[in-house]
Amino acid sequence: MDTVIQSLGLTVAYGSQRAIDNVTVSFPERQITAIIGPSGCGKSTLLRSLCRLVELTDGVEIWGRVIFDSEDIYAPGVDVTDVRKRIGLLAQRPYPLPMSIYENVAYGPRIYGIRQRSALDELVEKELQAAGLWEEVRHRLNEPASALSIGQQQRLCLARGLAVEPEVLLCDEVTSSLDPLSTQRIESRLIELKQQYSIILVTHVLRQARHLADYVVFMYMGELIEHGPSEEFFANPKHEKTRAYLAGEFY
Amino acid sequence: MILHRRLVKDRIAYYLMLAGAGLSIALVPLIALALAGRASTLLDQQSLGKLMFSVTWSPLKGEFGFLPFVVGTFWVTGLAMVIAVPLCMLSAIYIAEYAPNRLRASVKPLIDLLAGIPSVVYGLWGILTIVPFLRDYLIPRLSGLTRIGLLNAENPTGYSVLSGGIVLAVMVFPVIISTLDEVFTAVPHGIREASLALGASRWQTIKGVVLRRASPGIIAAIVFGFSRAIGETMAVMMVVGNVAQIPRSIFDAGYPLPALIANNYGEMMSIPMYDAALMTAALVLLLVVFLFTLGARLILMQAMRSV
Ligand SMILES: Nc1ncnc2c1ncn2[C@@H]1O[C@H](COP(=O)(O)OP(=O)(O)O)[C@@H](O)[C@H]1O
Ligand SMILES: [Mg+2]
Repeated sequence: MDTVIQSLGLTVAYGSQRAIDNVTVSFPERQITAIIGPSGCGKSTLLRSLCRLVELTDGVEIWGRVIFDSEDIYAPGVDVTDVRKRIGLLAQRPYPLPMSIYENVAYGPRIYGIRQRSALDELVEKELQAAGLWEEVRHRLNEPASALSIGQQQRLCLARGLAVEPEVLLCDEVTSSLDPLSTQRIESRLIELKQQYSIILVTHVLRQARHLADYVVFMYMGELIEHGPSEEFFANPKHEKTRAYLAGEFY
Repeated sequence: MILHRRLVKDRIAYYLMLAGAGLSIALVPLIALALAGRASTLLDQQSLGKLMFSVTWSPLKGEFGFLPFVVGTFWVTGLAMVIAVPLCMLSAIYIAEYAPNRLRASVKPLIDLLAGIPSVVYGLWGILTIVPFLRDYLIPRLSGLTRIGLLNAENPTGYSVLSGGIVLAVMVFPVIISTLDEVFTAVPHGIREASLALGASRWQTIKGVVLRRASPGIIAAIVFGFSRAIGETMAVMMVVGNVAQIPRSIFDAGYPLPALIANNYGEMMSIPMYDAALMTAALVLLLVVFLFTLGARLILMQAMRSV
């Protein structure tokens, strides 16, 4: 198994409180990794520190390294916009940009200098298809994105994220605010997308982790407790915390 | 029994507040009615429309043209906005988007403090610094340099609509900056993050997402600032020169409506109709400011709903 991104002794603190503590873990390439654990255990913090979004929080401190493409993304001189382009994040709640459906998807490519209308048209269609939204919006591309339902908005955000062609796709509980049908749609897209992308998925729904993940990382109170290939992890958890969590003794 | 007393107190408080609110709402039409009553002797003879568009202000001959004052008001206010809006946009963007929380927390009270400085102090500051700056530096350097009429410096004194505009701009900074800051803060953090997560730079995010989302609010803040500025033009009577003419250049003297009223009320009252003319001026001012403030409120409400 090849590693796409790896954290080394990663510690993140908000003020004096450590949200993740000394996390060292490798994420496999072109597979789906699920990060699981009870609420508040640092899953989001870990995910957001893999794409340098965590540093936007006021008063946050970060130690350790994150190796991506054989470079530390926290090294001085690294272009943070380049890191964020190559490692995309899909947030828990969809935040459509204040523009049309079309412009939402074209937003990233435009930033990277694609101006030609035909190229943009093609890209927008391709990514909306990849996100499974094309058929629903092809006749209303110029409507404001906020007019979509929340499930459609989340798929739009997926298309928007894919349009900058990231190598890694981070997903933070992306289905937690969605209805079952929308959840199913997103899940099936993710399974298709792992052909091309390495996906790291935070979830607190064990069913989703079992269903989607090739690899599982279990966190508890900011610490990495156990990680391993999905089948092994679920069939044969080694740590007693993991066993208790899988047995539903705490959430 | 105790419950009963609490209910009675509740009722009393309710009626007191109702009376207070009713009184303050009724105040505007009451003032307008009083002004209209005193203005009627003039308005019976000449229509408001004719007065508004007549250029000659010559009370001894019974000619009361308000146009120079209305135009003067809008000159000073317009200049103030031209100066204030770009600067306020930059400061508000910095405060809301770039400044660390701690700095932001200490700057905001300072801005509110600025809003509390009495306007006469700003007027004095204008006489002490802005007027001499124009007279000694700007006008000598600009005169003869361009043929642009707006920059013609035929009046070398420095007492001009530009001085008024600068002083007024500084006066409306706080209200525009705080309104803009509120508008920017109302933009959800998640959409900034969505843009940054795609690899947009901070400035690209502000330009492409934050300003776009905030644009109705920005317009509202500007209109709001404008309506405040019109009402405050009295404070600049110390620096605008007070000549009843239509300014042609930013260095010409002007005469805003509030300055007209403040300078002349109580004097020369023996001139027939003078009193009625000033009342008409006050009525016009009240209506203009009222309409602008109302418009600004409506736009602001609309904007806040769409954000
Ligand atoms: N912006 C923040 N400021 C302060 N503390 C935070 C912030 N975000 C998260 N935390 C704290 O860090 C810990 C981990 O949070 P988080 O990473 O969101 O966990 P999870 O995603 O697993 O629910 C929690 O204790 C939470 O209270
Ligand atoms: Mg979370």
